[in-house]
Amino acid sequence: MNAESAGQLAWITLVVGGIITFAVITGFAYTTLLERKVLARLQHRVGPNRAGYVPIPRRGKKERRLLGGFMQPAADAVKLFMKEDITPIYVDNVVYNLAPMLTVMPVILTLAVIPWASSVTLFGIDYPYLAIAPGLNVALLFVLAITSIEVYGVVLAGWSSNSKYAVLGGIRSTAQMISYELALGLTLLVPVMIAGSLNLNDIIVSQQETAWFTILQLPASIVFFVAALAEMQRAPFDLLEAEQELSSGYNVEYAGMRFAMFFMAEYMKMIVFSALWVVLFLGGYDIPFINEAAIVSSADSTVVTILIAAGQVLSIILKIVFSLFLMIWIRASWPRLRYDQLMDLGWKTLLPISLLNVIVTGVMIVLAEEGVFNSLISAFGG
Amino acid sequence: MLADWQYIGIFLAISPIFPAAPVLLQWLLGPKKPNSIKNSAYECGIETVGDTWIQFKVQYYIYALIFVVFDVEAVFLFPIAAAYGQLSLFAIGATALFIILLADGLAYAWAKGALEWI
Repeated sequence: MNAESAGQLAWITLVVGGIITFAVITGFAYTTLLERKVLARLQHRVGPNRAGYVPIPRRGKKERRLLGGFMQPAADAVKLFMKEDITPIYVDNVVYNLAPMLTVMPVILTLAVIPWASSVTLFGIDYPYLAIAPGLNVALLFVLAITSIEVYGVVLAGWSSNSKYAVLGGIRSTAQMISYELALGLTLLVPVMIAGSLNLNDIIVSQQETAWFTILQLPASIVFFVAALAEMQRAPFDLLEAEQELSSGYNVEYAGMRFAMFFMAEYMKMIVFSALWVVLFLGGYDIPFINEAAIVSSADSTVVTILIAAGQVLSIILKIVFSLFLMIWIRASWPRLRYDQLMDLGWKTLLPISLLNVIVTGVMIVLAEEGVFNSLISAFGG
Repeated sequence: MLADWQYIGIFLAISPIFPAAPVLLQWLLGPKKPNSIKNSAYECGIETVGDTWIQFKVQYYIYALIFVVFDVEAVFLFPIAAAYGQLSLFAIGATALFIILLADGLAYAWAKGALEWI
């Protein structure tokens, strides 16, 4: 990295960070639409189809409407801006206003370390990989630390609302998030052990060299996905906002844009955890069956480099959409867990599995280094 | 190495803009007509009985205690995992012992019934 001055660095981070964050926020808006559309289809409904469509006239018949509902997120946003923001009189004002910010900010900060493409040159600075904060060698620890902060927003929102539903939702969410954080953290060890680095780009490169870690480490991949679902309080782990018992949980006293911030945090968390899952277990920006680095070095032209980078960004986005679809599918398929079932799953199933997985992976790596597998293969296969 | 954190620092400074801007925009655009019924607590439509900030179930606290033990120990595993390829067999054995002790702690809590939701 050859950053010239602090001012230039600040300017570039502002632009790159702004563009990526803005893209993800737009992505959040369309994730809500995706969720409504997919859920509707899974329940034999049509979903939102009025706001914005491409009319295609057909002779003698009713016109065909393409892409029905693609302006729905914009309509929702405009409606939210025009609504009154109610502050109930019993709330603790400072904390009440701070909580939505505290919920959204960690999620945006996690975005900083996610790699979107391999090495590029932007504004005269050589990025080792395209991310808001490239080259951070403890990226995964950073992600763990930041996801731990996320719980504060929810707890403080519940506590400051001064409503029993909200308090119960807040306490439930704390216990749930810390329970699943253990399984999540221990599962993160497995890709780190194989790749030998905490840097997310190194983990992707390691997957390009061997295979996607979902293939090598299916249990870890599944445990991570389930723990991530619980961490972001998605169905079937959405106990903190169990509508039937708590009406809406920690955000019940919020209205207008401050409520939308919790909504935004939830959906951006979906995108961020999807991105993490993709980076750690689905090869990140890796384009399957193509050796990008070889193409770039053999062609040695700017156009090819840009095309490959664009392909990589497209690749990670498609993988994230696939992961989002899985999450929505799970929401449509599973009923909500009971609280004791939720705790049992976290402590008595996922945690032992991830501990065992760490040990098994460690033994396997040692055996592979000692050449046991190679001699086995040559003894039986060769 | 510190240079890598500059990006995080700058991004930390600009990240509050994203949640603050919509809230501010709504404050400018939205109507402001409060009245006492609108501003009362939502709950179930009637006034709350008693204090909201009450004692809660002790089980949450027990889970938090076990969490602290595990989380602090799990942090030690990250440097080991990152340097796993360069470790000697003795160091790997020591790590295995550490993980077994970790699992033993879980087994103890489990056997004592701390993981039962009553």
